[in-house]
Amino acid sequence: MKEFHFHRASSVADAVAAVKGASAGKFLAGGQSLLPVLKLEMAEPSDLVSISRIKELRGVCVDGNKLLIGAVTTHAEVAASSEVKKHIPGLAALAEHIGDAQVRNRGTIGGSVAHADPAADYPAALVALGATIKTDRRAIAAEDFFTGLFETALEPDELVVAVHFPIPEKSAYAKFASHASKYALCGVMVSKTGSDVRVAVTGAGQKVFRVPEMEKALAARFEPSALDGISISADDLLSDGQASAEYRAHLVTVMAKRAVAAA
Amino acid sequence: MTTESKSLIGAPIARKEDRRFLTGTGRYTDDLNRLHQTHAVFLRSPHAHAKIVSINTSAAAAAPGVVAVYTGADIAADKVGGIPCGWLVKNKDGSNMVEPPHPALVADVVRHVGDQVAVVIAETKAQAKAALNLIEVEYDVLPAAATVRDAVAEGAPLVWEQAPGNTCFDWHLGDLAAVEAAFAKAHKIVEIEVTNNRLIPNAMEPRAAIGEYDAAGDMLTLYTTSQNPHLIRLLLGAFVLGVPEHKLRVVAPDVGGGFGSKIFHYAEEAVVVWAARKIGRPVKWTAERSESFMSDAHGRDTVMTAKLAVDREGNFLGFRVHNTANMGAYLSTFATAVPTYLSGTLMAGVYKTPAVYVEVRAVFTHTVPVDAYRGAGRPEATYVIERIVDKAARELGMDRLEIRKKNFIRTFPYKTPVALEYDTGDYDATLAMALEKADVKNYPSRVEASKKRGKLRGIGYSTYLEACGIAPSALVGALGARAGLYEAANVRVHPTGSVSVFTGTHSHGQGHETTFAQLVAQQLGIPFDKVEVVHGDSDKIPFGMGTYGSRSLSVGGSAIVKAVDKIIAKGKKIAAHLLEAGEADIEFKDGKFVVAGTDKSKAFGEIAFAAYVPHNYPIDTVEPGLDESAFYDPKNFTYPAGTHVVEVEVDPDTGVVTVESVVAADDVGVIINPMIVDGQMHGGLAQGIGQALFEECVYDESGQLLTGSYMTYSMPRAADFPMFKVGNHVTACTHNPIGAKGVGEVGAIGVPPATINAVLDALAPLGVTDIQMPATPEKVWRAIVAAKGSKAQ
Repeated sequence: MKEFHFHRASSVADAVAAVKGASAGKFLAGGQSLLPVLKLEMAEPSDLVSISRIKELRGVCVDGNKLLIGAVTTHAEVAASSEVKKHIPGLAALAEHIGDAQVRNRGTIGGSVAHADPAADYPAALVALGATIKTDRRAIAAEDFFTGLFETALEPDELVVAVHFPIPEKSAYAKFASHASKYALCGVMVSKTGSDVRVAVTGAGQKVFRVPEMEKALAARFEPSALDGISISADDLLSDGQASAEYRAHLVTVMAKRAVAAA
Repeated sequence: MTTESKSLIGAPIARKEDRRFLTGTGRYTDDLNRLHQTHAVFLRSPHAHAKIVSINTSAAAAAPGVVAVYTGADIAADKVGGIPCGWLVKNKDGSNMVEPPHPALVADVVRHVGDQVAVVIAETKAQAKAALNLIEVEYDVLPAAATVRDAVAEGAPLVWEQAPGNTCFDWHLGDLAAVEAAFAKAHKIVEIEVTNNRLIPNAMEPRAAIGEYDAAGDMLTLYTTSQNPHLIRLLLGAFVLGVPEHKLRVVAPDVGGGFGSKIFHYAEEAVVVWAARKIGRPVKWTAERSESFMSDAHGRDTVMTAKLAVDREGNFLGFRVHNTANMGAYLSTFATAVPTYLSGTLMAGVYKTPAVYVEVRAVFTHTVPVDAYRGAGRPEATYVIERIVDKAARELGMDRLEIRKKNFIRTFPYKTPVALEYDTGDYDATLAMALEKADVKNYPSRVEASKKRGKLRGIGYSTYLEACGIAPSALVGALGARAGLYEAANVRVHPTGSVSVFTGTHSHGQGHETTFAQLVAQQLGIPFDKVEVVHGDSDKIPFGMGTYGSRSLSVGGSAIVKAVDKIIAKGKKIAAHLLEAGEADIEFKDGKFVVAGTDKSKAFGEIAFAAYVPHNYPIDTVEPGLDESAFYDPKNFTYPAGTHVVEVEVDPDTGVVTVESVVAADDVGVIINPMIVDGQMHGGLAQGIGQALFEECVYDESGQLLTGSYMTYSMPRAADFPMFKVGNHVTACTHNPIGAKGVGEVGAIGVPPATINAVLDALAPLGVTDIQMPATPEKVWRAIVAAKGSKAQ
């Protein structure tokens, strides 16, 4: 790990100013993705700006028909939150199975979303639930936010402050994890609000994606068997030593059915 | 040895050593820091095969804090010897194997990713790492052969010019003519091809080494993460540095796991000692985890084809195996013995197959050296045998247990067609115990329950045997070993009757401090806490060959028992004098020297005191002091055996295999501490199922290591297993004073085929007949899809 300057920000404005002022600054939340990258010297930021003690970034609350989760809320806090369990139990269950206990106690929703790992769990939830990402300067719809492999719509000095989730009628997440890393080889989140059904897939492609054919079938009949015979093409899916594209494509249908059954 | 009255033999005493391990007060090599110490980091090859065109170290040498930078040219200039191989294997024609050089730092051609090219020594580790990035190496990248199949292909890139076809040796054992005759009269010939997946050892403690030079006494010291410090002293002193034993001390303090990977002498050990003398300061190196993946010797990696000839009734007539074994780029310490004398000799298993023939072609590849890893050769033999036996039963329409029982060896001693003589065993007893513990009679109801959940259930068996307690020196010497494999012990009785036991074996998790203390306390009839066990320092221990091959109790423990026998014999002389009786009339029992048939006695402590304060003492005939050493050379290997039963559930939608039940009924000989034995079983079973379902080291075609971290190399976790059910049926080893056989490796040896046989049993209704380890979800899913496809046609 190379040397860097460390700042502990006291407010959102303070954090953004510190990153703006650095030659190659980075926000640091729980550090569960960034620190391994630094140890491997795959990134060499000049400055790290810790946001984890900014009070306004932490916590869960309900605002009308929306669930608001602050950026530095940990996975463990989301999993244990009575508000999340009550209003979007599928999201609490998702958070409960991210990585391992140590990761869940440190890792944050904002960090996960900003890192945009193609195998992270949260992106599926954000897209399937139609969430909005609030930053220090604007609001970005989840589907516009994730732009590619580890790529988002964020400016380099833009800070995620919260994620706003519309509360669905029902939702659930089914994950097929890599045995080695516990990342999703294929994770499918489904949500239903009236006739609006969404199916979002993480882990299988370059970035989270929706499956319109499945959404249509489920809008007509929200049951696992509605997905019988629907398969997705392996063409654009990830293929690596952990799972081939064909296997991932197969898992999308299996996991989508399991998510519908659980919702 | 006495085992009467309130015996410590068989007592599940909590491990003495665990207090320090669990409270963070263990002393591992990396915990040690020497005065004026420097830090070394190694520059490792990023290529599997490349010519080093040039190396420029001047910028690194000038970097802040750097003390020295050395390359292969410096090693060569100082005439530092190569890392030696400890076992010479002969070819079929009697000629020697190809034994290429293994320089401590490579000067000309790198031969695997991770090969060490240069070392930077600096005041701090951070400075050394920063300077490492400043070394400029120009490589001419060459094509590589990373897998066994690539290495034996026509026109494959050669790892060594002197090894055409990448063949290191071509060895065989057994009577080929007898096997051919058996095949000629066979009712059926069952064939199989199996791979033993390559494994990365992953000891919890990464390797580390500190070299130190004391100019005043011209003494070198190596602190290292080793399972066998004396063996390292022999190899480093005699072969690499040319330093005599009395000028070289090797210390292996607490060691956090090894599984074999810390048996071997490694280049880093040689470099830190050599460099310490050059710069006149201690040099410390500790591997980072990613270095462990690419520099610890790997395990297994064999491809076997086998044929079993059977008659109509299922009697085995002949067995023939061809094994292609990966050696990696260089020959590690025991690499050549693993597929041959630790695997080829095991091919009879527990069966009375009259004719067995095995051939081994060992090949070089552009990969990290492969060497012994928990089980070392015996898991590979067990796997091919127990897989083909299952296949034979299915092809003959026989019950998988009946075919085994029909062929069990039941008379002992039994001489196998592949050079071993089993002294004792009872394979029916462990099989019966396993079936009982596995509740096999209610298995059909569990199949139904699984079916209701949409799952496929399977049960698999393995009736394994292994040979351990390594090893009779004359025998292994005749087979090519370049060392004896006896063990040494020194038992020092202190004036007040407490005892220090110095053993040449080395605990790296096995609990020797507890087991050996139980052994000695029992034999001397003194309290357990009066015995301290010391290991791991060539200056303290008379000699030793270390811990591997499940040898510590049966060989090392036997040396201790012999030394204690000498203590008791001398004690009798002293007691006879004090009690004014004839030496022949003195009996030693329950910690007392007694004049037979009287109530006259002296406690062990009184005799010890008299020996060190010899005022009233037979000084004309008996020396003062009570301190005895012994060496024990085993007369034979020991032969643990047993039955492992695994039940799995397969999710046909995803291919995920869930382990539902694991039963092990083993005969590991006489047990000193059953809790430690159970712990060894649990660890071995977890590793064995890890090989069967999860772990696999993968290189790509260019020789890049694709599984170089825990993101991609899949370790078994506690949550992957149900609670193991283990049990023992003891037949005592007939040729050592303890009756012990060994337990460290049996879990990893017996359970992989039971696991795969269970997976195949679950998939049999779908028409799946083969799957290779590890049975990952995708592999299982593909097998199901392929079987469905072929059924549909």
